[in-house]
Amino acid sequence: MLEIKVTDTVTINVDGELAQVPKGVNVIEAMRVVGKEKEIPHYCYHPKLSVVGNCRMCLVEVGNPMRDRQTGEAILEENGEPKIGWAPKPVIGCATNVSEGMHVRTNTPNLIDCRNGVTEFLLINHPLDCPICDQAGECRLQEFSAEHGRGYSRFKEEKNVKPKRTRLGPRVTLDDERCILCSRCVRFSQEVAKDDVLGFVDRGTYSTLTCYPGKELSNNYSLNTVDICPVGALTSTDFRFKMRVWFLKRTHSICTESSVGANTEIWSREGKIYRITPRRNDAVNDTWMTDSGRGLFKEFESEDRLTSYSVDQVAKSLDDAVVATRALLEAGSVGVIGSAHSSVEEQYLLQKIIKQTDATCEMVQHIGEGDGLLLSEDRTPNLRGALINGLIKQLPERELGQLKASIEGVSIKTLLVFNQDLEQLGIDLGKLKESIQVIYFGNSKNTTSERAKVIFPSLSVFEKEGTFVNQNFILQKFKQAVLPPVGLMSECGVLKAILHELNNEAPENAMPFMDELWSEISENVEILKSVKWSAIPEEGFALEDASFASMNFVETQNLKYKPNLVSKTV
Amino acid sequence: MAIEEKRLILKYADQEGYTNDIDCYIKHGGYEALKKGFQMKPEDICQEVLDSGVRGRGGAGFPAGMKWKFLDRKSGKPIYLICNADESEPGTFKDRQIIHKDPHQLIEGMLCSAYAIQAKLAFIYIRGEFFEGYKILERAIEEARAKNFLGDNILGSDYSCDIIVHRGAGAYICGEETGLIESLEGKRANPRIKPPYFPADLGLYQCPTIVNNVETLCDVKHVITMGSKEFANIGTPGNTGTRIWCVSGHVQKPGYYEFPCAGVTLGELIYDVCGGLLPGRKLKAVIPGGSSSKILRADERFKGKKKDGTEFDWGIEDIPMDFDSLSLVGSMSGSGGVIIMDDSTDMVEALANINYFYAHESCGQCTPCREGVPWMKKITSRMCSGGAREEDVDLLKSIADQIEGRTICAFGEAASWPVQSFIAKFKDEFEAKAKEQALLRKQGEDTAKETSLI
Repeated sequence: MLEIKVTDTVTINVDGELAQVPKGVNVIEAMRVVGKEKEIPHYCYHPKLSVVGNCRMCLVEVGNPMRDRQTGEAILEENGEPKIGWAPKPVIGCATNVSEGMHVRTNTPNLIDCRNGVTEFLLINHPLDCPICDQAGECRLQEFSAEHGRGYSRFKEEKNVKPKRTRLGPRVTLDDERCILCSRCVRFSQEVAKDDVLGFVDRGTYSTLTCYPGKELSNNYSLNTVDICPVGALTSTDFRFKMRVWFLKRTHSICTESSVGANTEIWSREGKIYRITPRRNDAVNDTWMTDSGRGLFKEFESEDRLTSYSVDQVAKSLDDAVVATRALLEAGSVGVIGSAHSSVEEQYLLQKIIKQTDATCEMVQHIGEGDGLLLSEDRTPNLRGALINGLIKQLPERELGQLKASIEGVSIKTLLVFNQDLEQLGIDLGKLKESIQVIYFGNSKNTTSERAKVIFPSLSVFEKEGTFVNQNFILQKFKQAVLPPVGLMSECGVLKAILHELNNEAPENAMPFMDELWSEISENVEILKSVKWSAIPEEGFALEDASFASMNFVETQNLKYKPNLVSKTV
Repeated sequence: MAIEEKRLILKYADQEGYTNDIDCYIKHGGYEALKKGFQMKPEDICQEVLDSGVRGRGGAGFPAGMKWKFLDRKSGKPIYLICNADESEPGTFKDRQIIHKDPHQLIEGMLCSAYAIQAKLAFIYIRGEFFEGYKILERAIEEARAKNFLGDNILGSDYSCDIIVHRGAGAYICGEETGLIESLEGKRANPRIKPPYFPADLGLYQCPTIVNNVETLCDVKHVITMGSKEFANIGTPGNTGTRIWCVSGHVQKPGYYEFPCAGVTLGELIYDVCGGLLPGRKLKAVIPGGSSSKILRADERFKGKKKDGTEFDWGIEDIPMDFDSLSLVGSMSGSGGVIIMDDSTDMVEALANINYFYAHESCGQCTPCREGVPWMKKITSRMCSGGAREEDVDLLKSIADQIEGRTICAFGEAASWPVQSFIAKFKDEFEAKAKEQALLRKQGEDTAKETSLI
């Protein structure tokens, strides 16, 4: 189970009230636990980066119980309470760790003055161009100005002028006038992306963020700097000036780029996706994701997309396609090429069909180069799911094995292909015997779809809901962000329809679809026993992975994954 | 009646025929303290320095022996000694004299200190503009190495230490010890947050480090020569040893003068030692410890109680020149840069000049200093160029209050203290200027006055 291990707690006193907080965390994190997050605003502090303490927004007053220098005994007040030695000056919450008996004040007049002062200072040279700024609506400076700002300006001098449109890299554009020099992006590049290209030039109020000469911010994590920028300085060149963030709907999803399964948030409006950003999950992706994963939604905007069910290359209704499929499947000798891009539910239903039609199933590996961070070698989101479902018993090879021989030997009559192009799997469609009929589930037109007898267009991860099992056997849920093309049903619905047709059953709809499906899955799949769809938490659910310990998965070490070295050496 | 200086550190510096080479230094008893120190145990030297009560000459006046005591010796990491020779506080010019005229004294003091704290390596971080000083130090180090006063197995002992001279690149912030360390590591001189980066724990290359001023390190040599007791006899309890006062401004004989702590009053320093003000001029104000210390007004009376309970009632001329007395009157002895201003000084312009300096030198790391100090500079510059408003005085004060105590390093205080004190003591002048300019503006006349302001 995913539980934050709280080994030790300490008792601190926050504004006169006692609170239990984890030992050793800093005051900002402690306030988060106490629920006083809003009392201690900050710009430069980021939980996943080193502490620099340069914004000076998180100032708090702290005091510790006084002890006698000689005896080490606590000094008490007259009423028996420990005497508190308050620090003479306010301290920054981000660099102050809590300790037993510590007293924290967050709301004294002096502290309010501190925060108001910092806010005023940050605004004097700020261009105040919120009306044309992409960050508006999700800008820390905007929020804190409303809360801690003066409401009018005492600054009568001329503002500093800095570059407004600097291209830092292929995907990031910088507006230096908006930059508050918090150095989050600099630290991210150094500490997480390990690509030290950002730095400050010039001094004092003229300090300017820039790339080192001859370098650019082009690594595959560059857009994370945009996410963590608390103001509108770093903007995504792609998303810039496209849409106001408050018009966008946010949907929790999972990145399908690799088996890491980064948690994401889909930002969409009226059926159109505008951007994808990472969602914090400390067990999976911290607060980061790859740039390449953010662009995946664009693939589904292509002209080649399949948008209707068809039989013999003629558009038909779903029912007709299902009937045609039944005929093909009942003819016997079915071969199935499964997919690790399918969700757990789809794989489960496919597995049911395979069992019923006595088909043989194989899968192929999709591997690429890993970057040791959030892009693993396995470029599919749900290989573990296929293993759990029993769709495959062993790890897939690079190429089709027995099934390919069967296809070429014409010992199978029907080939059901999920999300792949046969040509790319090394099967020459030109030589494919006429007698083999292809049922194709896929996204876009390709050589396989042209050859297919029955086509079921599949939906993108953004258009349906379901679950994936990531590299660490964490079951993660994704939700529907946008509507699918008109008339299309999710693969789960299609597979269910095929199953009903095979069994001559009438579809029943007693429960919402996913709940019903999951009550069935949890009964039949050992590892998913007792899992309820509605009870899968946002941060995922760690599954029992002991039975797969001996498998040599292709992933090498990355941010949250350690290969099982014991099994590798055996 | 002229008051006699009592020179300790600059004893020989200005004597006729005294040169800065090693033979001359040895002839005048040089490197005897090193020999004596190497006969002692390192911890005994530390104790001597603590007993002598010698306080840091760089600005804050923190007892050097106490600083050494904070060193983290348990970590097993190498210990470093750094000499802060980045003398850039406006009004201060003592370290340069030591380096130019008596570099071996600094080297000897450093080696004594390095031996005492068992430093692995010592650095001199010298201000980039002191190119001549850099060359002198490099030569002096070579001379000392040739005589085995530094390098491997110093004086036949099993202690080895070398000194590396590193030139700064002309930034005031490099005088802040953690900024200096960052710069020495080859990075931008952004001061570090304390906690956790106290130099004594996590200094240079995250190892325990001691950073001392040039004059402080020279004092260590004298502590060893004289013994802590005799050294402590100079000056008053808590303010031991001598201090070099760098007097500049409107006096007849500006220069550096060395006196025992409290051995001279401000009045004596101005009128007897420096020959008084220029003819026909009256004293208006004094900045006693470099531009960041708070200004003192000439017609003020300073009353209060000393630490020992005795009451004092001083005019500006009666203030004894030492650490405690200057902090009693609400300022500080700082780096010893005494700036004298006579009645020809326009206080707004003087403050504008100081603000210009701090706005230029702010490193830009933390918000209050980066944004606040240039704002104050813009206001005072505008006041000088004819755009003064009456509300500017309160605005300046309010900005300074928003900076003080809320920054990463002491630069925030250094930049806000002048503003706070100028306004506290010369508010009338600021307001008068605003009124005068408002009147001129009303009459359609040119309000700008020709100034020599940079």
